[in-house]
Amino acid sequence: MTRSVLRTLQVTGAATAALLVLSACSSDDSSSDDSSSAGSGSSSDKLSGTVTVFAAASLKESFEKLGKQFEREHPGTKVTFSFGGSDSLAAGITGGAPADVFAAASPKTMKIVTDAGDAASGTPATFVRNELEIATLPGNPDKIGSLKDLTGSGLKVVLCDKEVPCGSAAQKALDASGLKLTPVSYEQDVKAALTKVELKEADAAVVYKTDVKAAGDKVEGVAFPESADAINDYPITLLKDARNTATAKAFIALVRSAEGQKVLTGAGFLKP
Amino acid sequence: MPLPLLLPALVGLVFLILPLLALLIRAPWRSLPDQLTSHEVWQALQLSLLCATAATAVSLVIGVPLAWLLARVEFRGRGLVRALVTLPLVLPPVVGGVALLMALGRNGVVGKWLDDWFGLTLPFTTAGVIVAEAFVAMPFLVISVEGTLRAADPRYEEAAATLGASRFTAFRRVTLPLIAPGVAAGAVLAWARALGEFGATITFAGNFPGRTQTMPLAVYLALQSDPAAAISLSLVLLAVSVAVLAGLRDRWMTAS
Amino acid sequence: MTDDDRRMAKDDRFMTGREKKASSPTSAPAPAPEGQEGLDAHLVVERDAFRLDVSLAAAPGDVLALLGPNGAGKTTALRALAGLVPLTGGHLRLDGAELDRTPTESRPVGVVFQDYLLFPHLSALDNVAFGPRCLGASRAGARAEAAAWLARMGLSEYASVKPRRLSGGQAQRVALARALATRPRLLLLDEPLAALDARTRLDVRARLRSHLAEFEAVAVLVTHDPLDAMVLADHLVVVEDGQVVQRGTPADIARRPRTDYLAHLVGLNLYRGTAEGHTVRLDGGAVATTTEDLRGPVFVAFPPSAVTLHQERPGGSGARNLWRCEVAGLETHGDRIRVALTGGLPLAADLTTIAAAELDLRPGAAVWAAVKAARTHAYPA
Repeated sequence: MTRSVLRTLQVTGAATAALLVLSACSSDDSSSDDSSSAGSGSSSDKLSGTVTVFAAASLKESFEKLGKQFEREHPGTKVTFSFGGSDSLAAGITGGAPADVFAAASPKTMKIVTDAGDAASGTPATFVRNELEIATLPGNPDKIGSLKDLTGSGLKVVLCDKEVPCGSAAQKALDASGLKLTPVSYEQDVKAALTKVELKEADAAVVYKTDVKAAGDKVEGVAFPESADAINDYPITLLKDARNTATAKAFIALVRSAEGQKVLTGAGFLKP
Repeated sequence: MPLPLLLPALVGLVFLILPLLALLIRAPWRSLPDQLTSHEVWQALQLSLLCATAATAVSLVIGVPLAWLLARVEFRGRGLVRALVTLPLVLPPVVGGVALLMALGRNGVVGKWLDDWFGLTLPFTTAGVIVAEAFVAMPFLVISVEGTLRAADPRYEEAAATLGASRFTAFRRVTLPLIAPGVAAGAVLAWARALGEFGATITFAGNFPGRTQTMPLAVYLALQSDPAAAISLSLVLLAVSVAVLAGLRDRWMTAS
Repeated sequence: MTDDDRRMAKDDRFMTGREKKASSPTSAPAPAPEGQEGLDAHLVVERDAFRLDVSLAAAPGDVLALLGPNGAGKTTALRALAGLVPLTGGHLRLDGAELDRTPTESRPVGVVFQDYLLFPHLSALDNVAFGPRCLGASRAGARAEAAAWLARMGLSEYASVKPRRLSGGQAQRVALARALATRPRLLLLDEPLAALDARTRLDVRARLRSHLAEFEAVAVLVTHDPLDAMVLADHLVVVEDGQVVQRGTPADIARRPRTDYLAHLVGLNLYRGTAEGHTVRLDGGAVATTTEDLRGPVFVAFPPSAVTLHQERPGGSGARNLWRCEVAGLETHGDRIRVALTGGLPLAADLTTIAAAELDLRPGAAVWAAVKAARTHAYPA
């Protein structure tokens, strides 16, 4: 019902992107799909300048670690991050926010950027995947063992809103197993959902495994088989109007390198 | 008319009006009727109006006496208390929501007892929305009423006392009618603030359609995937607030 | 706890306090011991550097005026009587009952404030009905009583009018009615005529006088205007710097002022001195001859109109005072010219315009000032 307006917005976005492309034409126009081939440690050509990375909130801890490592390996460079909900970040990029790299928590949000023509040519690469887990109170006092246990009455469960990746993933898992779950709240993002359990306001939340891991012993994670039906791919891409293409490419390469994957899996992500 | 005043004034006006105008220009007029008749929108709107009004009522019942205390009773540390009262004004509402969870949540300082003794939990309930909105909106009312009280002549209360009125009677029958315009203005401010409240509400009361999903929450979440729907919802909220505020303004604030 | 309880409590208080003279023979409250009727107060209020220490006594039916310059503490005394300012010492008894600790709302005291403080949101009638309502009357009863009071004040047709549409004189009467409607045993009036213009003042003063004359309990009014005090009050208490400097009937005070402020107010030249028979050695060094035969410290007073001025030293003798003076200033005073003199004795003299012109008076001119001994008045200090 709002299709036409969406189209209008997208057309406007596209127009903006076109302008940006025009202005970027004169500069380096090399494709970015070879970014995977650029080894992280091997680059001996002088990298410099600032890379601005827009990344999904769930990547915060691992990306900050990688950013520091990158700066150490390439003196003279600086990596700045903007972490947030993938949707808001995508909206920011299509709205003209200055960014070099976008790492999203779902292909759907990445699609907003690619559809608007803001990504550099080539398919965004999936660099990690994230799995859902049930976060329960420490010690799992309610003895939650499966997704089905969450549908039991008397249990306060929070889910992410269906509009955000973790919510749609949870819904997918519920649908796949034919379960109907009425939460007490649809939280605006995964951190908010997790916080409700950390503060013991909710008995359980369906969140990413990485978030459970990051929360330490404030929550306890319960893996459930249905999560296999709702594994989130995290795509990363160089952006069309990147100011510092070479350095940005090198950062993406680091993320996708074995070294980068070690950091990411250490945080609970799955290999692509 | 002095240009150094007129020019910034016009800039200020444009600055405030332009974003609203842009909202109107970009509004999905064609699909608006569909949006407005959808059940979700009405549900969120009804909940918003109900909660904002209830929060204003709560603010009036406890905020006006608080304003009276600050304006009329001398006690040690009054300045500190006043600063504390106005703190929610500068506190990011999300932090306010977290603070409310700490205090009144199921595991909160006081909330624990509420749960143990009365089986009462506020988070994820409509009452929780009202609590969150009142927390954020009440300082507006308190400040407004306190200002009016300070400007009001305290000797009217003395006159009432010489006529045999207790302090409460004097407040109810003399002071309150005298400061009614200020109370009304404060209530309107608080109501408007409560209606637009987002951060504390979503943090403390969560987001569930029909129970805790007020218009601002619906707008925010719609924005994630369907900006057009978000704009429509905002327009509804805007129209309702303009109608109510304009009505109240004519009725109350120009009365005295 | 509830309003009703409070009203009952207040009713009880009025039974003992006020119903003595009224009907209600059944509830016969213990009458106050004889001789304790009326007001007996020793008001001590200390605030910052200021100290008020004033004793007041009055019998029912008395009208007492507190007269004094601005800042003398009159209004503080009034507020202390009403309970709006706590006493730091002394005592307050009304009809034998201790009121020191009684809160304002429980004192049988009515106040007419300087600017009346009529409740702006209530009609004249509701303003007057406010007191009776607070004291437990029903809404209808209170309004009926208020209507009766307004009628007594000749204001029936203004019952439904809001205070801002009343004239100054009308507002004053409504304020008086409002205070009287609680049937107080002590009526306090703070500068009751100060807010009025000169024309209405005359009329309102006369009306107020008759209302006060009818009032059966103690009335205390505060004023800086000696005329108000003398017309309205039976007894004057003159307060300066928080202390009583003189008390007495209006006639007594007008005749024998004891301070410069008071002498100025009543329009007398006043000197302190030491008498030896008919001769008084004034504090400034001059000598005055009086008709009274006194010894020791005295006051000598005479009105400015008793002074005659001469360019030449007047001849003749008799009991006449003569001082060499110098003109310090002139000003019109009604249809006369008031001449301020310095020199032998600082004094004020009133002359007709013609006399002043003939004497060619200008500042600095030297003149002889003469006062007949018979026009002077000496009294012990």
